[in-house]
Amino acid sequence: MSDFAIILLSTVLVNNFVLVQFLGLCPFMGVSNKLETAIGMSSATTFVLTLASICSYMVHAWILEPLGLTYLKTISFILVIAAVVQFAKMFIEKTSPLLYRVLGVFLPLITTNCAVLGVALQNTNKVHNFYESAIYGFGAAVGFSLVLILFAAMRERLAVADVPVPFKGAAIGMITAGLMSLAFMGFAGLV
Amino acid sequence: MALLKITSPHVHGTNSTSRVMAKVALACAPGIMALTLWFGFGSLCNIILCIGFCLSFEAIALKLRQRDVRFFLSDFSAVVTALLLGIALPPFAPWWLIAIGSFFSIVVAKQLYGGLGFNPFNPAMVGYVVLLISFPVEMTTWLPAMANSQGLGTIEGLAQVFAGHAFTSLDAYTGATPLDIVKQNSSAVLSDLYQQQSVFKNSHFAGTGWEWVNLAFLGGGIYLLWRKIFTWHAPISMLGTLAVLSALFYDGGSSSSPGSPLLHLFSGGTMLGAFFIVTDPVTSAVSNKGRVVYGIGIGALVFVIRAWGNYPDAIAFSVLLMNFAAPFIDYYTQPRTYGHVKKPGKPSQK
Repeated sequence: MSDFAIILLSTVLVNNFVLVQFLGLCPFMGVSNKLETAIGMSSATTFVLTLASICSYMVHAWILEPLGLTYLKTISFILVIAAVVQFAKMFIEKTSPLLYRVLGVFLPLITTNCAVLGVALQNTNKVHNFYESAIYGFGAAVGFSLVLILFAAMRERLAVADVPVPFKGAAIGMITAGLMSLAFMGFAGLV
Repeated sequence: MALLKITSPHVHGTNSTSRVMAKVALACAPGIMALTLWFGFGSLCNIILCIGFCLSFEAIALKLRQRDVRFFLSDFSAVVTALLLGIALPPFAPWWLIAIGSFFSIVVAKQLYGGLGFNPFNPAMVGYVVLLISFPVEMTTWLPAMANSQGLGTIEGLAQVFAGHAFTSLDAYTGATPLDIVKQNSSAVLSDLYQQQSVFKNSHFAGTGWEWVNLAFLGGGIYLLWRKIFTWHAPISMLGTLAVLSALFYDGGSSSSPGSPLLHLFSGGTMLGAFFIVTDPVTSAVSNKGRVVYGIGIGALVFVIRAWGNYPDAIAFSVLLMNFAAPFIDYYTQPRTYGHVKKPGKPSQK
């Protein structure tokens, strides 16, 4: 049980996927202009990331390894992720048409979120078992959601700041992300 | 007789940014005096260099942004940033360290965001954290408290600042801070530690010199609270959280204990942080309820990082992390506007 807590703490804070490992920066910069879309994107990514982590573990452990095909893992993980995203898309479309409309194009774009593939590949590198993979994927998603939502709230404020013209928009966003990444260095050594 | 029509308000507040900043600077004075008394004039040296660099960077940045240099310099906000950075840096920090810190404080953390009022992060703490991560060796060589008797002489101190080396080896002078010693300790019981280590010699509860420095900053903070420069919400909830957490995890002083509540409250930068940095009106949460949440967050993060993280003190990191969360806290703690009914669980419409 404490192993799971350590994995969770490690992925959410200490090795945060966005601010420490620099994965998933595209949606981090792209969807953070408004708080509401950021919250929608976070929940969708949490769903996909956890499911994709579990599915890619199953594909790796139960299909690729027995058949000696582990060199195919990158391409098969991409396939698994695309399928999970498609499934999430259909699921959200049926259950919540409103959220589906709000998320719009960002939902299929989760496929290209490098954090999703990163989690799947790191699971195999770290030789996680089934439960550890699930927790690892979930923790990565929670860490991603945490910084995305906080960053979105901050960017709403930056939008009205008197930022010098050359630094407006994405530039000051990147600088802010850098400063946030500095602050997250403070968690080093917690686990 | 000419009848002058004057519209309200008829009574003007005398508070302006520069007056508030001047009061904050004044309230720092007892703390700076205590630092000078116990740790030599190194901190004074830092502060003077910091003020010089910060004002120059501010002037250059304002010039580049085509703003009124004289008007914005005279609000004293850069001076307060310089004071806080100078206090936070280890005494006799080399001049280039101070220059880099001032650059990140003023140019990156403040002017790039549009100057005072728009900066999401506390400028002094950004400068401090950049230095702490980039130059860990220079940033962790604190002089032990020596009460003047055997401190560095004037010439030696200045040589240390500008030439980067003292004539006598500085290692003889530098030492770990009380928080550092408690953190590194793995074998001695705390009461033994208090007797063996020189940083606790003649100290009452939180390390020689440190307790007085923190008491002085506490005094300055109470003055500001009395002058209503800030509300009590953020500092008190931060100190309260830190005290409660450190009391909960204090096991009477065994070797693995993270230290007593008094050590946590009166050592390191706790009081400076609680009254001069957490209360920054620009980067903290806005509403009173938000400030309580903000203060609790900082207190909890400080204790977690001090007890289990890599860094012995954590005020700067915790403040930056909660600065990052402040807009989000504001979003969910918007106070009810007069005449509006509060909808349960939903942020009111802007």
